Amino acid sequence: MTTESPSVPALKEALGSAILRAAVVCGDTIVYLARDRAHDVLAWLKDTPDQSFDYLTDITAVEYRDLERPLEVVYQLRSLERRADLRLKIELDPQGDLRVDSVYDLWRGADWLEREVFDMFGVTFTGHPDLRRILMWESYAEGHPLRKDFPLRGHFSRAEQVRRALSLQPEEHYSPEELELVARRLRKDDTGRVPSHRGGRA
Amino acid sequence: MGVGQEDHAVVSEISPNWVTTKLDYLINLARTKSLWPMPFGTACCAIEFMATAASRYDLARFGMERMSFSPRQADVLICAGRLPFKLAPVIRRIWDQMPQPKWAISMGACASSGGIFDNYAMVQGIDTIIPVDVYVPGCPPRPEGLLYGILMLHKKITGESLADPGLRQEFTLREDGLFLAPERVDELGEPFGNSVHQTRSG
Repeated sequence: MTTESPSVPALKEALGSAILRAAVVCGDTIVYLARDRAHDVLAWLKDTPDQSFDYLTDITAVEYRDLERPLEVVYQLRSLERRADLRLKIELDPQGDLRVDSVYDLWRGADWLEREVFDMFGVTFTGHPDLRRILMWESYAEGHPLRKDFPLRGHFSRAEQVRRALSLQPEEHYSPEELELVARRLRKDDTGRVPSHRGGRA
Repeated sequence: MGVGQEDHAVVSEISPNWVTTKLDYLINLARTKSLWPMPFGTACCAIEFMATAASRYDLARFGMERMSFSPRQADVLICAGRLPFKLAPVIRRIWDQMPQPKWAISMGACASSGGIFDNYAMVQGIDTIIPVDVYVPGCPPRPEGLLYGILMLHKKITGESLADPGLRQEFTLREDGLFLAPERVDELGEPFGNSVHQTRSG
C-alpha cells in the first residue's frame, strides 16, 4: 500500500498551516508538524470522530549523523477502532531549543515515553507532570546518551564512572515511601478510570 | 573425634600441623559439596545458568540445587550477564551482605570484561566492583563451561587452609569509594579487540 493516509487531506483542511508537509515512505504516511501547533494537531487527531486515534503506540526521537538534518520527535498513532496508523514528526534544531509540548494530557501512556525521550535525547516536554530520567539513574551527569555528540564510552573516565556508580544509594530514589506517594498522587489525579484497590467507586 | 591423649602426644611430636590439615580437608569437603549459589542473572548467561541448574546438566550433582535468593544464606555469587553501572551498587550491596566464607564466579564475557558492551552504560568487568574467584569465558558459556568453572572453584576451595590468615579477608571499598585503584579501573576499561576500531569513542 503506497497511498497517502486519508487523514492527511483532512488535517490540511482543518489545521492548514500546522501541517508542514506529508510524505509516504515504505507505505507509511509521515506528517511533519509545526512545533508550536503540534499539540493542537494531535488533540484534533485524537478527538475528531472520523480520526479517533485513540492509541499512542510510541513516542521516540531520531538524530541523524548528517548534522545538517534536524532532530525529529516521532509520534506513532493508531486508531484501534479504524485499524489505521499515522506517523507524525516534529523537526527540531539539534543545537537549538529542544522543547515540545507534552501530550500527557491526551494519552496517559505518553508519561514514560516522554521521559525516555527526555533521558536519551534531552528533549524537554512542556507540561509533563514528572519529567525525570527513566533509564539512566537520576544523578547521571554525563548528558543524554543517544545524542550524536555523546561519546560512546561517556564523558567521564571509567574510574570516575565506577566511583559515581558505587556511591549511588538506590534506596534514596526508590524507597517504599516514595513509591507509595507516587501511587497516592496518581490515584488523586486520575479521573476515576483506574479502579481503586478497595473496590469502591470514587 | 576418637583422638586419645596418646595420639595427641604422638601428633605434637611428629607434626604440629596434622590436625589442622585434616580439619581443613573435612571442612573444605563439606564446603565444596554444599555451595549455595546466589544467582545474579542479568542477561542471556542467566538462561544458560538455568539450563545448568535444570535436569540435563543438573547442578544438584554438586550439592548446588538450592538457589539462595537471599545473599545472607549464599556461598557463591554467580554473576550471569552484563552489569550496567546502575546495578553496580546493587551487586556490591549483595556481596557485602553475603557472610564469609564466600566466593564469586563471573560468568560470561560481559561480566568478566564488559564484552561487546564497551559503552557508557556498562561496567567493564565485575572485578572492578567485587573480588572474583573464577572467570568463565563464553558468550554465553555453555552449561558445561559453567560446570567446569564450578569444578575449578571446588579445586580452589579444596586447597584452602584455615591456617591462612588472609583467607577470609573482607575486601571493602577504598577510601575514595572505589574497589580498585582508579588507574587499575581505567586500565581494565581500555578498549580491546574489535572495540579499538569503533569511531565514536571520543
